[in-house]
Amino acid sequence: MVDIQDKELLELEEDTLKGKYLTFSLGSEYFGIEIKHVIEIIGLQPITPVPELPDYIKGIINLRGRIIPVMDVRIRFKKPPMEYDDRTCIIVVEVKDISVGLIVDSVSEVLTLPEEDIVPPPELAKTGNRYIKAIGKVGDNIKLLLDCDKLLNDDETELLSEIQ
Amino acid sequence: MPTSNMEPMFELFYFETGQYLRQLEQLIINGEKSNHFSDSAIDEVFRIMHNIKSSSAMMHLTNISSLAHAMEDLFFFLREEKPENVDFSTLSDLILNGVDFIKVELEKVKNGDPADGDNTGLIGNIKNYLNELKQKNSALDNIKAVVYFEEGCEMENIRAFNIVHQLKEIAEIIRYIPEDIMENDQSAEVIKKQGFQIIIKTHRPIKEIQNIILGTAFVRDFEIVVPEKGDEVNEVIPLGPNQSIEKISASTPEVMKENKKKTEKNNINSPQQMISVNVTKLDILLDLVGEMVIAEAMVTQNPDLKELELNNFKKAARQLRKIISEIQDIVMSIRMVPLTVTFQKMNRIVRDMSKKLNKDVVLEIVGEETEVDKNIIEQISDPLMHLVRNAIDHGLESSEERLKKGKTEPAKVIIEARNAGNEVLILVKDNGKGLDKEKILQRAKENGLLTKPESELTDREIFNHIFLPGFSTKENATEFSGRGVGMDVVTKNIETIGGSVLVDSIPGEGTTFTLKIPLTLAIIDGMNIQVGESCYTIPITSIKEFFRPKEKQIITDPDGNEMIMVRGQCYAIIRLHEVLKIQTDITDLTAGIMIMVENDEKTACLFADTVLGEQQVVVKALPAYIKKIKRLAGCALLGDGSISLILDIAGFFESRS
Repeated sequence: MVDIQDKELLELEEDTLKGKYLTFSLGSEYFGIEIKHVIEIIGLQPITPVPELPDYIKGIINLRGRIIPVMDVRIRFKKPPMEYDDRTCIIVVEVKDISVGLIVDSVSEVLTLPEEDIVPPPELAKTGNRYIKAIGKVGDNIKLLLDCDKLLNDDETELLSEIQ
Repeated sequence: MPTSNMEPMFELFYFETGQYLRQLEQLIINGEKSNHFSDSAIDEVFRIMHNIKSSSAMMHLTNISSLAHAMEDLFFFLREEKPENVDFSTLSDLILNGVDFIKVELEKVKNGDPADGDNTGLIGNIKNYLNELKQKNSALDNIKAVVYFEEGCEMENIRAFNIVHQLKEIAEIIRYIPEDIMENDQSAEVIKKQGFQIIIKTHRPIKEIQNIILGTAFVRDFEIVVPEKGDEVNEVIPLGPNQSIEKISASTPEVMKENKKKTEKNNINSPQQMISVNVTKLDILLDLVGEMVIAEAMVTQNPDLKELELNNFKKAARQLRKIISEIQDIVMSIRMVPLTVTFQKMNRIVRDMSKKLNKDVVLEIVGEETEVDKNIIEQISDPLMHLVRNAIDHGLESSEERLKKGKTEPAKVIIEARNAGNEVLILVKDNGKGLDKEKILQRAKENGLLTKPESELTDREIFNHIFLPGFSTKENATEFSGRGVGMDVVTKNIETIGGSVLVDSIPGEGTTFTLKIPLTLAIIDGMNIQVGESCYTIPITSIKEFFRPKEKQIITDPDGNEMIMVRGQCYAIIRLHEVLKIQTDITDLTAGIMIMVENDEKTACLFADTVLGEQQVVVKALPAYIKKIKRLAGCALLGDGSISLILDIAGFFESRS
């Protein structure tokens, strides 16, 4: 009985989250991540650097007793790094029980994108858009929708090799 | 983890029964040793069996409950009749076999298999034993009870029959007056006038009979006459049905005796006021307390309050800090568990092995009250068992051999625990023949395990070979040990919790294994140091000293390796800022500080900017997303909420070699 109710609740929850994206900016570009991955948005916190990590992992932060790594999305996307300022935010996402903080220039809004406004990314570059799952159209603007799973886990091999 | 798949009910049952069985084993072994079961021990065994019986019946584990029932009956008899000339060795064997059976069944159920073990043999043995005992001890005494019903309740004869019916279950009914209560309605009148008399034979306590009679409706009053054993003195206990049970017990000499017994009880065996809590809840609690400490610092050291004159606030803040630190201590102490249970388990192993191998082994336990973190206890149980088995099987000689060698003292295994600073030392000693250096050396050579020329090996290094996988000098594998697995398991298990194993041996006098284990995984005494902007923590246990180096102490070899002379000894210098790739202004060795660290008898000097101070830190694992980093053991939260990385000193030495 309880199970069924739980499942219904879960589905209901999934439903309300479906098609919603949190958008943030890196320079002039706008990105979106599925809201179901987002745990919270926090201001910039003191980051403890950890040696022997790839450069885009800036270190770890203390999120109310939980230790989570933070990733600079700019460096992850091989963009020139920028000084952190008041608008710099950390978006805490959770994918497959792994929590990671994403450092972004600024967070803009939560958008609901109907399915017809989402198109698959063009298939020109084989390497260029591996983190981009789809492209969302909002009026004349374009939001690049990120694949969180890949963003976090795509290059485990890279991570390992750098440590060694 | 299989436990998470279990129903909560079963999980509880499994846990409780396991605990009971451990207690029971202990009681039986103690009893066998002293060749006497104290009244309190028998009470306790009875209580345990009773609990196992009822809970397993509830879980529909009939084979467990029927076995427990048989054992309960046996101990009931022991308790009530106090028979003499009991053969405790047979009794212990019976009960321990039963305990083993229940353990096996429990595991079956835990793994999702049906509990289908056949217990008829065991039950049969127990029953036979009980019958033997019963025959040896004389018959029971008659108990006479007179029951008066309330006036005008009608149908006294039926009610009386009801009592008879209920008493039948626990006692043998000799006769009752009037006898024709069912056939003759007139008997009701007789009962009204004279009361209903019933004579029974039972080995149950009087209280139970009282309860049954009290439980019957409309009983106004009753008397029980118990003839004392071999005595003509009759006790009459007039009681009203409205009296509470407690009152009865207070007024019954029989029960008062029991109460007295209870107070005499050994504290360890008496049921303690305990609750069992899931460890994950404690972990969460610990985390929360850690957060609270940080939150407190954030409030009291809030920048908004700076330069304000706040006397009352400061007083209140101090009070808060005191309470919080007390809470922290308590939460820590909750996780600490005495080694008693782990050590007591060894009793059983020693007993079984000495019986089977025909070696008379005495186990001595010292310092069992030493407390260790719960997580660590779980990890050391297996290694300890291996060591004890090894000691008995390999270490100790048989009784004849000992006689030949002129060893008069009994073969002995000593398990000792004691606190040593931030560590707990667990020693497993035996007074056997000691390790055979030549044999170990030879075996090591055969297997190509030698790393150094033979002549350079110290005794200890030779002995250490026994911890390598696949190493056994025992020619024949026995049931208990000798297959070459075990010793390496010991080291592996101990190393996973950050401990180490040492072995010492004197030929002909015995072997000592020393397990060095950290007190807790959760908290370490650390020294905070600063390198550049970052704060790092070094476990105090690995620090030997720190000092500011002088120019003339420093030596650089042609390869650019830096070394330092301290009191005639030369140590390698590890520049932390280089190894950890941190920007810092202090690169001149004389401007910073040297920290001499030691791990596994290797020593080196770490170079850092400054030392910040000593602090107890809560160790947290690095997030799983960051893979294992060789030189880091984890991270710690500092009082102000910032993070410090804990250096793994062993990792520094590893990456150098």
